[in-house]
Amino acid sequence: MCGIVGLFCKTDAHRHELGRLTELMLAEMGDRGPDSAGFAVYDAGTPGQTRITVLAEGLAVDWEPVAEALERTLGAEVSVRSVHDHALFSTHGDGRVARQWLIDNVAGATVLAYGNQIELYKAVGYPDQVAERYDLASRTGTHALAHTRMATESAITTAGSHPFATGADTCLVHNGSLSNHNRLRRFLEAHDESFQTENDSEVAAGYLSWRMRSGDAISEALEGALNDLDGFYTFAIGVADGFAILRDPIACKPAVVAETDDWVAMSSEYRAIARLPGATDAEVWEPEPARIYSWSLAA
Amino acid sequence: MSETARVFDLAEVTKRELNQTLHDAADGESFEVINPRGAHAVACGITTDIEVVVRGSVGYYCAGMHQQGRVRVEGNASTGLAENIMSGTVHITGNATMSAGATGCGGLLVVGGNAGARCGISMKGVDIVVGGNVGHMSAFMAQAGNLVVCGDAAADLGDSIYEAQIFVRGDVESLGADCVEKEMRPEHLDTLGALLAAAADAAGGAVPSEFRRYGSARRLYNFTIDDVDAAQAAGEAAA
Repeated sequence: MCGIVGLFCKTDAHRHELGRLTELMLAEMGDRGPDSAGFAVYDAGTPGQTRITVLAEGLAVDWEPVAEALERTLGAEVSVRSVHDHALFSTHGDGRVARQWLIDNVAGATVLAYGNQIELYKAVGYPDQVAERYDLASRTGTHALAHTRMATESAITTAGSHPFATGADTCLVHNGSLSNHNRLRRFLEAHDESFQTENDSEVAAGYLSWRMRSGDAISEALEGALNDLDGFYTFAIGVADGFAILRDPIACKPAVVAETDDWVAMSSEYRAIARLPGATDAEVWEPEPARIYSWSLAA
Repeated sequence: MSETARVFDLAEVTKRELNQTLHDAADGESFEVINPRGAHAVACGITTDIEVVVRGSVGYYCAGMHQQGRVRVEGNASTGLAENIMSGTVHITGNATMSAGATGCGGLLVVGGNAGARCGISMKGVDIVVGGNVGHMSAFMAQAGNLVVCGDAAADLGDSIYEAQIFVRGDVESLGADCVEKEMRPEHLDTLGALLAAAADAAGGAVPSEFRRYGSARRLYNFTIDDVDAAQAAGEAAA
C-alpha cells in the first residue's frame, strides 16, 4: 500500500513550520505504511556547502576519523555530527565524490542523500515515532517529502525505506512497483550511477539523477521516465528548486493534490492534506495519469 | 435540510458512532456531519430514508452500499464514492477521484465537479450524472444503468461495455473495445432529460440535444476466436 506526502511552500508563510506540517501529514498516513518511514527536507542551505546524510544502522562508527579521511580525499574541510544512527557531513568539497567515497569506505553504511539543500532520514518503526526520533517537527525549509511503507515485495528494512536519493538534491518517494528495474539498474550502472539496495524505487531515483546529470530539467527527466519506467507508480519528486508529481498511465495508485497561494501539497489521501492550514479553501484535484506536474521556487 | 437535524462533529465523535447511528435511524430523520477531514467510509451502509449532509471533503467509500436515503457531500470525495449503491441518492458538490459509483445497482449518483478514472466501473443499474469530466476507462464493463457526462470523457470510455448507456456532452478522447456511438432516439432523449432534471445543480443547464450516446456493439458477448478480431474492429471503429 504505502503512503506518500509532499509539501512545497510557494511563499514564506509556512517555511518556518515546514517540518511540523510535514509531520502532521506523515502521521496521518501512518496506517497506510506502519512498517517504516522516512523524510527529506529541503532548506536554503549554505552557498557552496554540500551536506551528506549517512545511515549507519546498527553500527558503532567513530565518525571523526572518517571525516578526516574524507577531508584528505576531497582536499576540503569536512565536519560531521551524529543524529541517532545517522551522520550528517558538511563540506565545500565535491558531494558526488564524497558520496561514492563514503559508500566504498564505510562498511555497512548507506549514503541516503547529498546536496546543498537536502537532508534525509529514515528508519524502521511506526511513522510518527520515526518523525519524532529525527525531530522532523522542528525543521524549517521550502519543501519536504515523506513516505510510510507497507513492505510487500521485500523485507522490512531501513535500506528499503523511502525517500530515495542518488543524485545531488534529487529525491523521490514512490507508491507502486516497477517491473523493469533490474534491467534499468544495469543500464544506469553502466552510465555511472551507483546503487545501494535492490529496491525498485531507488532505480527510479537513479534514473532521474542520471537524466538531470545529463542536463535535463526535471520535467524532461520525467518525460523520459514515462517511456523508460515500466510498472505502477505515483511519484513525488524533490529537486533543489522544485517539486514534481508523476503518475503512470493507468494510475491505480492514489494521489490527490491541493494548492493554495502559499503551498502545494500532495498525498496518497486527502486526510493528510486536511491537516494543513487553509486546506478547506484549497483547490483540490486528482493528478491526471501520465501528466507531469511541477512547481519551481524560481517561478 | 431539516431544522431538526442531529449534528455529528467528526472531530469529537468517532465515525463508528456516526455510522451506527445512521444505521439505527428511522425514515425521515436528518443528520449533519461536520469536520469529516477526509475520513473513510463516512455514511456507509445507510438502509433507511434519511437525509445526511456532510460539510467538507471525505475519503474512501463514502456512502458505500447506499440504500433509500439521501447523502449530500459539500466537498470532494475520494476512491469508491457510493460504491455498490442500491437506491436513493448520493450527491457531491465537488470532485470525485477513482471508481465513483463502482458496481452500483440502482439509485442516483451526482458529481458536481469532475470524476476520476473508472467512474461507473462495472455499474449494474445505477444512474450517474457528472457535471464535469470523467477519467479514463469510465463505464468499464458497465452492465446496466446510465452514465451522463456533461463535460469530456478521457481515453477508453466504455471498454467492454454490456448494456449500460453512456451520454457525453463534450469530447470523447477515445472509445474502449466494443463501445460505439449509437443513434439518439426519442426514448433516449427522455431518459437523459429526466436525469439532467434530477441532477439540475450539477448539469448546469445542459440540454439533451447537446449529448451523444454510446453503448455496446455487442461483439464481445460470447467468447469465440473471432472476438479477437471484434476487439480490433472496435478499436479501429473508435479510432
